[in-house]
Amino acid sequence: MRTDVNCFLGSYPYRRVPGTSPDAVLAAMDRAGIDEAWVSHLPGIFWRDPAAGNAWLLETTSRHKRLKPVLAVHPELAGWEDVVLDAAEAGAPAVRCDPTYYGIAPSGAAMRALVGACGRAGIPLILAVRLEDGRQRHPHDHAAELPAAAVRSLIRADAAARIIITHADRPFVEEVHFGSTPEEAARTWWDICWIWGPPEDHLEILLQTIGPDRFVFGTGQPLRIPENAVAKLDLLELAPEDRAAIEAGNAAAACNAAGSR
Amino acid sequence: MLIDVHAHFLHERTPRADWAERNASRLRAGERVGITIHVASILGSWGHTSPTYFPSPADCTYGNDRMLALQREHPERIRGYVTVNPNYTEHALAEMGRCLDAGMIGLKLAASRRADDPLLDPLCALARDRGVPVLHHIWQHRRRDYAGQEASDAVELGRLAARHRSVQFILAHIGGGGDWLGTLPVIHGLPNILVDLSGSGVDGGMLEACLEAVGVERLLWGCDLTIETGWAKLRYLEHLLKPADLEQVRWGNAARIFPPGAFPTH
Repeated sequence: MRTDVNCFLGSYPYRRVPGTSPDAVLAAMDRAGIDEAWVSHLPGIFWRDPAAGNAWLLETTSRHKRLKPVLAVHPELAGWEDVVLDAAEAGAPAVRCDPTYYGIAPSGAAMRALVGACGRAGIPLILAVRLEDGRQRHPHDHAAELPAAAVRSLIRADAAARIIITHADRPFVEEVHFGSTPEEAARTWWDICWIWGPPEDHLEILLQTIGPDRFVFGTGQPLRIPENAVAKLDLLELAPEDRAAIEAGNAAAACNAAGSR
Repeated sequence: MLIDVHAHFLHERTPRADWAERNASRLRAGERVGITIHVASILGSWGHTSPTYFPSPADCTYGNDRMLALQREHPERIRGYVTVNPNYTEHALAEMGRCLDAGMIGLKLAASRRADDPLLDPLCALARDRGVPVLHHIWQHRRRDYAGQEASDAVELGRLAARHRSVQFILAHIGGGGDWLGTLPVIHGLPNILVDLSGSGVDGGMLEACLEAVGVERLLWGCDLTIETGWAKLRYLEHLLKPADLEQVRWGNAARIFPPGAFPTH
């Protein structure tokens, strides 16, 4: 079983990206041996009301059982609490928020309220550090990357909160992990899509220093080719149980710990 | 056969205490991926006694010595590019002669001087005379100067390539930073520029765009600092290309532009 917690459907506003339709993503999943993907609505991240893409996402994923909806929540727009409850009710594996793209403070009062609501609803919150390499972004793409300080602040905001961070590199992971208590760190998971393999061996080092329980399989597809996340696991000497945990078990644990699904 | 045209190694006079581990890791991962030959360079002292992208002549010489030593220690796996700083013309030309005589197979130019600067001309003339390709570090679609390097982009490399039509240039790491979409149209009409697919970037659509821009005969496989991204691109290409075309990217195009005998017979 391999679960991709970091997958998108729909077009990207800053360049042409092939393979963004549900059928194309499913074909890419087949190619990369991915059984299930948690999918976010990519265009919605850039909309003034990101939740406006949720209906399409729910309808689409209802027709493709391997795709699980990650609903978008903007915690400064009226009715956002209902989105969190609707997601939990719909059995969504997580909700997502992209505060720097929405133009809101990444660890402000609204975000802290969102974390609390997710904790109460028993659903993990997904936050992305970035979507693209900062050196290639469109000249008009000015959204800041998610600061590590915001993640440390948010995980402290509610003892029931569970947060999955995508697109983080090794320094980001270490800063948050070792800047948190063990209890806080145990409520944080990291997708592997942006962590380097050999010869720098960032992922191998993190698995030694932090442990395999904190990492989940994520690709960032179709913005990134999914083969990358598989290749970096194939380059590790992992015990089968650790690989299984990274590929699916830890994501399931994040959901179960949060009480969803 | 699989040839990585863009590899690096470290040595004991760099800032990295883990230099030996990183070198070993590259070779170990290469075995796993099936890399036949790592064509590699060492950029001076990697910042220890002179800047990585502005290496002193002494650091170039020491780094090249260590690169030659690695080539001698692993004749079945490693080949070297000679690294020079074009601001020191006399030293650069002498170093090229010394290292190519000793068995290196290409020239590495990083970011010590803009690619279209006349100071690069004598080095390219010597590369032509010696029949070796030039791997040039590139910031894809550079819009400004970045600290620590005098980086070039495809426009500047294109000017150099147009002046040296009989030299084969390798445009470094299309996935290594910057806007690769800005690079590809620039080099479309310059047949002596080949695209090295290395770099940490694994953007969806990048490989298709490279194919569309320059065709399969001008693509070279490589990893640079991240072997997993190289392997991922290779796996993707296995689905994208016919087997014969894939062989060109894996090694055939490299065998065509490097000196005869640079790689094992096949």
